Amino acid sequence: MKIKVVPAILAALAAATVITWASRPDKALAVVSVSKDYLFEMLSILPPVLILCGLFDAWVSKRTVERLMGEASGIKGTCIAFVLGTVAMGPLYAAFPIGKSLLDKGASLYNVAVFLCVWAAIKIPMVLFEIKFLGTEFALLRLVLTVPAILIIAALLNTVRLNTSRIQ
Amino acid sequence: MFTAVIWGVAGMGLVLSWTKNREKTRKALQFFQRAFLSLAPSIVAIIWTIGFILTFLPSEFVLGTIGRNAGIMGVVIAAVFGSIVLIPAFIAFPLAASFLRQGADVRGIAAFVTTLVMVGVLTAPLEVKFFGRRFTLLRNSFSFVLALAIAFVMGEVLR
Repeated sequence: MKIKVVPAILAALAAATVITWASRPDKALAVVSVSKDYLFEMLSILPPVLILCGLFDAWVSKRTVERLMGEASGIKGTCIAFVLGTVAMGPLYAAFPIGKSLLDKGASLYNVAVFLCVWAAIKIPMVLFEIKFLGTEFALLRLVLTVPAILIIAALLNTVRLNTSRIQ
Repeated sequence: MFTAVIWGVAGMGLVLSWTKNREKTRKALQFFQRAFLSLAPSIVAIIWTIGFILTFLPSEFVLGTIGRNAGIMGVVIAAVFGSIVLIPAFIAFPLAASFLRQGADVRGIAAFVTTLVMVGVLTAPLEVKFFGRRFTLLRNSFSFVLALAIAFVMGEVLR
């Protein structure tokens, strides 16, 4: 089903672009040029991320990931997930394949959720940037509130997963 | 910058891997090919949609809806807006700062910034491909609710 949804959306977007072109050529040009910029940005980031995931998949053993970030890794595993997320610099969609690789290799769902959310919200360069533009008070307060929020989200995701596996 | 670093690391990793073990490197490249080909159409669709949104959504409209008089609804709208758009932080923060100076609600700005980074409606199809519908829906919903909570706490503290 998924295979058919994407081409349908692409066809709709193409049609919308043509219609826009007919009535407002300048707007259609803007759509294309904005899309082109983002496409180049994504295409410049995704291939190396996926190559690294491939290398990770081929070289790192399941046992290692399980030991470092698995169900029994405790706080240490969560700290590793946290640090992995903060030192990263790419957009969130670059974290999806990495998180999936970690999950497949035996990292716990809780730790992968922490990794994803931290990657999304608490990258160090981004925090510095936020301080610069929105002020220290705003940025640090948001940071202090975001950390527990992430732990809550990860715990909720983990609980829901556990419940469903018990029901099935 | 990030792009150059990650290409460098990936390139070096491939070379290193190739000199150590060709079979494993071949496996890694097959993984890459499979993943890339399955993702490419969704990525094009997502980006094309972003092109439309950014072209047709004027910033005056945004400011009007998340202004200081907009109240709680304004905060929620700001959170929804942050969930949908996909703009890099180096554009979003200056934009948010200019909204604040022009009189936007600090709660709205906090909600916008937080959902912008943590909730991704447009990237959800990609997330589903990796983690499934259930995980994606729940992660984004929980993040949305907590972003609102963060925004209201910040509104109280920074008042």
